[in-house]
Amino acid sequence: MLEKSSWGRLRRVPHEVARPAFLDELQQTVRPGDKALLCYGKGRSYGDVCLNENGRLLVTDRLDRIISFDRETGVLRAEAGLTLDRLLQVVVPHGWFPPVVPGTKFVTLGGMVANDVHGKNHETVGTFGAHVRALALARSSGEVLTLSRSENAELFAVTVGGLGLTGVILWVELRLSPVRSAMIDTETSTIEDLAAFFRLATAHREWPYTVAWVDCLAKGSATGRGLFIRGRHAESGGLAAHGAGKTGVPFDAPGVLLNARTIGLFNTLYRHRPFALGAKRVHYDPFFFPLDAVNDWNRLYGRRGFYQHQSVVPMADAEDTLRKLFALTAEFGEGSFLVVLKLFGDKPSSGVLSFPMPGATLALDFPNKGESTRRLLTRMADVVLEAGGRLYPAKDATMSAQMFRAGYPDWRKVEERRDPAIMSDFWRRVTAEAA
Amino acid sequence: MTRILVLGATSAIAQAYARRRAAQGASFVLTGRREDRLAAIAADLKAVGAASAESFAVDLAACEGIEAAARDLRARFGEPDEVIIAYGVLGDQERAEKDLTEARALLETNFTSAALWTLAVLKDRATQGPLTIIAIGSVAGDKGRASNFIYGSAKAGFDRFLEGLQHKYDGSAVRVIRVKPGFVDTPMTAHIKKGGLLWATPDRVAADIERAVSKRRRVVYTPWFWWVIMTIICSLPWFVFKRLKV
Repeated sequence: MLEKSSWGRLRRVPHEVARPAFLDELQQTVRPGDKALLCYGKGRSYGDVCLNENGRLLVTDRLDRIISFDRETGVLRAEAGLTLDRLLQVVVPHGWFPPVVPGTKFVTLGGMVANDVHGKNHETVGTFGAHVRALALARSSGEVLTLSRSENAELFAVTVGGLGLTGVILWVELRLSPVRSAMIDTETSTIEDLAAFFRLATAHREWPYTVAWVDCLAKGSATGRGLFIRGRHAESGGLAAHGAGKTGVPFDAPGVLLNARTIGLFNTLYRHRPFALGAKRVHYDPFFFPLDAVNDWNRLYGRRGFYQHQSVVPMADAEDTLRKLFALTAEFGEGSFLVVLKLFGDKPSSGVLSFPMPGATLALDFPNKGESTRRLLTRMADVVLEAGGRLYPAKDATMSAQMFRAGYPDWRKVEERRDPAIMSDFWRRVTAEAA
Repeated sequence: MTRILVLGATSAIAQAYARRRAAQGASFVLTGRREDRLAAIAADLKAVGAASAESFAVDLAACEGIEAAARDLRARFGEPDEVIIAYGVLGDQERAEKDLTEARALLETNFTSAALWTLAVLKDRATQGPLTIIAIGSVAGDKGRASNFIYGSAKAGFDRFLEGLQHKYDGSAVRVIRVKPGFVDTPMTAHIKKGGLLWATPDRVAADIERAVSKRRRVVYTPWFWWVIMTIICSLPWFVFKRLKV
């Protein structure tokens, strides 16, 4: 038994770990057994979608080979453990870019499909799954199926965003987007309150990448103040992929490092840093993956780990709902220095359990202070649910079965097609019969 | 364009090294037992920039067929500029002490076949051009230890063999690089509990090999601190060493 954690580091969970190095070995491990199994990529989901306590865990990080890459058409097929990190290294010099990238490049293709991840350009291109042409799925029955929108379409729809439950993804084929440069033209402006965010976010849809950073400790009329950042691929500047250099957090920070006072200070400094504002040209690496520059930044939250709340609420009364959520956080006084706000567009997601829906999405972190933090998360979840929204399974560690089912009314479609040999702690939690 | 012959292409270290060289446009002949796995590696190398990557299925550990296989390779792919010998088995020391078939397999794979392959590559070369032989040994070959002396002695024997070649070919077009990794996180070490500062990734080792090739080193410990560790272990007096559980 080996202990594995997710990115939130809330628990160290024992597993029987296998790390196959070739697809045929991976296929061999996808068999019914005494213990349920689950795939684990880079462990970048925050809660328990990638954990399977006392069960089998198939770690896919060695399965990172590219199977084919057509430099003319930008179609790439690769083993499911390929990270975005390596993918970018390979494709950017040839003028290609993943159509959707999340906030870290240390994720695998399989993980991006299973969580149907989104990026800062959701309004214009939808989720990652929308760009997946096909994938191969090994089932514990021994069969290997190719899934696409035209072949096994129903299984495709429950596998994209299916949290790895419908089978083991062997490879993924996706269509990349052409870019002329590795650089991003960005513009950063200040926003004084939530109303300003909605004005800016809706007015600038010709910029494919938009996101806002918000000072969650601001109260009252200042609620929602922060920075609005937008970007688009530059027309020139070379096609150099990112390098490998980064600093690390070699040990767990003491719990006192991140508290309301230090985060308040950080927020004030961040908002006022003069160099941040205005137009700039930056490399894609700091633009999309600023936190990747600090290896293991999750250790900054100390030994007890941290929670993340990420929700989406429908546009109709999004402003009002966000105000309530910010009020709860400010009242709690345990701010987060990573508060991200953005709008989702109306592109339908490919997956039955895909998180994005038209509306506003908010993500923030909370250091784990035990019961009080969980109470806050539940209160926030209630606000979201009441507004007709839902939480992101990839980030969640606390939502109730009832909450999940309300947010994802089609969840049974995944349960029906779930591979009987596969299970996760998340799925056990949200499908448990309410007591 | 460098033509690289990889003996044991499915080894994690060999794959990591080949990826680095593929990005510079090298061409490859990949050898190993499993055709399907070689093909998967070849596809990956081509995708990242290899000029070509061909598979050649052969059981490298089989001592009998080495000359014929080497002839076949030469006829099909010509002379390589670089050969990396990366295959090997770690085995189970305790079992090998009781099961002499297992012990023999360990010795033959890690020493006999590797030495014979090296000779086969050097023999009947059709060119006087430069040749770099990179041999992945192990720090386990530097000192006989209770926990791992069968594997260790095979690696030690191969190391002496390579040292002899270095002596013989000094000043010629043939270069031999003896690579001595410590703990590397690969499928070969899957059964050992990992973690801690002593463990290196295959890519870290590959980067060190790449540097050793360009800097014309003869011996390279990777990561570098293994040179310090092994120097200390090898110079301990017996009454201290015998107490170590290594």
